[in-house]
Parts: sequence; structure tokens; C-alpha cells
Amino acid sequence: MVKQPPIDYIERTQKQYEALGYPSYQWVYNDTAVPLAPLKKPLSEAKLSLIASGGLYTRGQVAFHYKDDLSYREINVFGPAADLRASHFAYDLAPVRKDPNVVFPVEPLKQLVASGFLGALAERAYTFMGGIYSARKVKDILAPALAARLLSDQPDVVLLVPA
Amino acid sequence: MGLIARQIEALGIATLCLSSAYSITRAVRPPRASFVDFPLGHTSGRPHALDEQVAMMTEALKGFEDITQSGDIKTLPYEWLADHSWKDAVMQPAARGDASAGSDFRLPRFDTPQYQFEADAEVADEGCPTCVFLTGSTDTPI
Repeated sequence: MVKQPPIDYIERTQKQYEALGYPSYQWVYNDTAVPLAPLKKPLSEAKLSLIASGGLYTRGQVAFHYKDDLSYREINVFGPAADLRASHFAYDLAPVRKDPNVVFPVEPLKQLVASGFLGALAERAYTFMGGIYSARKVKDILAPALAARLLSDQPDVVLLVPA
Repeated sequence: MGLIARQIEALGIATLCLSSAYSITRAVRPPRASFVDFPLGHTSGRPHALDEQVAMMTEALKGFEDITQSGDIKTLPYEWLADHSWKDAVMQPAARGDASAGSDFRLPRFDTPQYQFEADAEVADEGCPTCVFLTGSTDTPI
């Protein structure tokens, strides 16, 4: 069987933009590492908050729009799974609409809490729609708002799942 | 996603990003990442494969304890298919023998809510307290 290295999405996006005659996208390159925050508790005692960027919303909420949507949704992970929806402009939605856990892994996380591997799952998860063109807006507007709101949930660890 | 992880980590809370896009994660350098070599849209597994999703999540979360150097990416031992040729066609229509197709597969950038079901629009609460709309003071395009 033929093995290949991971797809270089930066390179493929650049080629795609070139083919379309778009100016090349300015990817974010961070030269410095952020110091690791210490894990204050073992995972088996830690409360985990989930953040996902696959465009998930629940029935009753306003869906995301596709043009630089900087908003976020709060989703109760203990709410009905049948009310979960997904809208996104940039990835194949068929799998997530069959099973939201492919980019919003609530069920596997609940199983890990039940088995004792993980301490607890925070009730409130946060979702937004990735593919926001301006990295600066993510950095200056969305990220600080999400981080501030997250602090009120007092998680020990945070899992971020892009789509 | 990595930009958000970096800000949360800087507040003193340990973060871990899943990723299916190695090059992007390498560039953004989130503090900890677990890489899943699956097509986009399956970062935490295949649909209706809960046992595999749980096994993958277990391996991924071990990254909280295994990763000791900021920016390190742990590759999880899972393959989408034993044969990796599915990667050829991703964002490369010519490789699909489909050179006439446009190479932009993405949907148009509508600026109105895009509901999965039309009925969702009818029950949506525009004043919904769990929908947080942010406006930036720095609104110039980049």
C-alpha cells in the first residue's frame, strides 16, 4: 500500500488561489512558542471544556453565515444530540450531519468521563465557524471574547477541535 | 484554532488542539496538538464509529501529559485507509481527472444565516442568549 506524508494544505491552498487568480493567502506563522501552562490535575480529575470550529449550532439558535462570521454559540453538551446542526462553507458536511461527533466529540468525551479516564466535561461548549479570512480579527476579537467567557466555566483543560 | 489555544494557554489553562492539517498546525504553533491523518471534516473520527472515536480521543488527550515542549505535535496511530491515495484528489481536481471543474470547491460566502434545515430558520430565536455576536472596533479589512 502506498503511504504518503500528511497533505500540505498551505501549499495546496496557495496553488488553488494561484489557479483562481486570487492574491496569495497570508498564513499565520508564529515564530515563538507560548510557554506551557502546567496541568494542575491528572486528567482523571480534570474538567474539560470543548471548543469546536465546525460551524455547529443547535435548533433554536441562529445559524452561522459564511462570510467572516466572528460570532460564537454556546451549546449545552447534555442537550439533545438530535438538535445539533452544522453549517460551514469549506468542508464536506455530509459526515458531520450524519454524526456530529466527527468534529464535535461530545459522545466520546462522555464515555471517557464514564470510564474514569477524564474527570468531567464542562456543560457549556463553544462553537464557531472557522475559515475566518482575517487572522487579526480572530486574534483581536474572537479569541479574547471566547477566552474571557471560558474562564467563567473554570475548566482545568481545554480541547479545541477544528474541522 | 491555534491562535485561540495560544491565548487560552497564556491565561494559564492547559490546551490541546486536534488537527488534520499538519502544515497549518506547524505554522500556527498551538501549545499542544494531536494530529489525525484523516480528511478534513473528520478531526475526531469517522461517523458512527464510537469505539474508534473513543480510542482516538484517549490517545489524543494523553497529549496533555505526554507533550512537554510547547509547539510539539503528537501524531496519532490511525489511518483513514491503508492506501493513502485519497490524498491525491484533495483540492487537486486535475488529480481526479476533472481538470474542467473549478478548483474552488467551497460554498459562496453568504452573509445571511445558513441553516441545515429550512425549519431551523423558523424556530431560530434572533435574540438567542447563547448566540454571541461580536463586533470589532478595528473593522478594516486585512
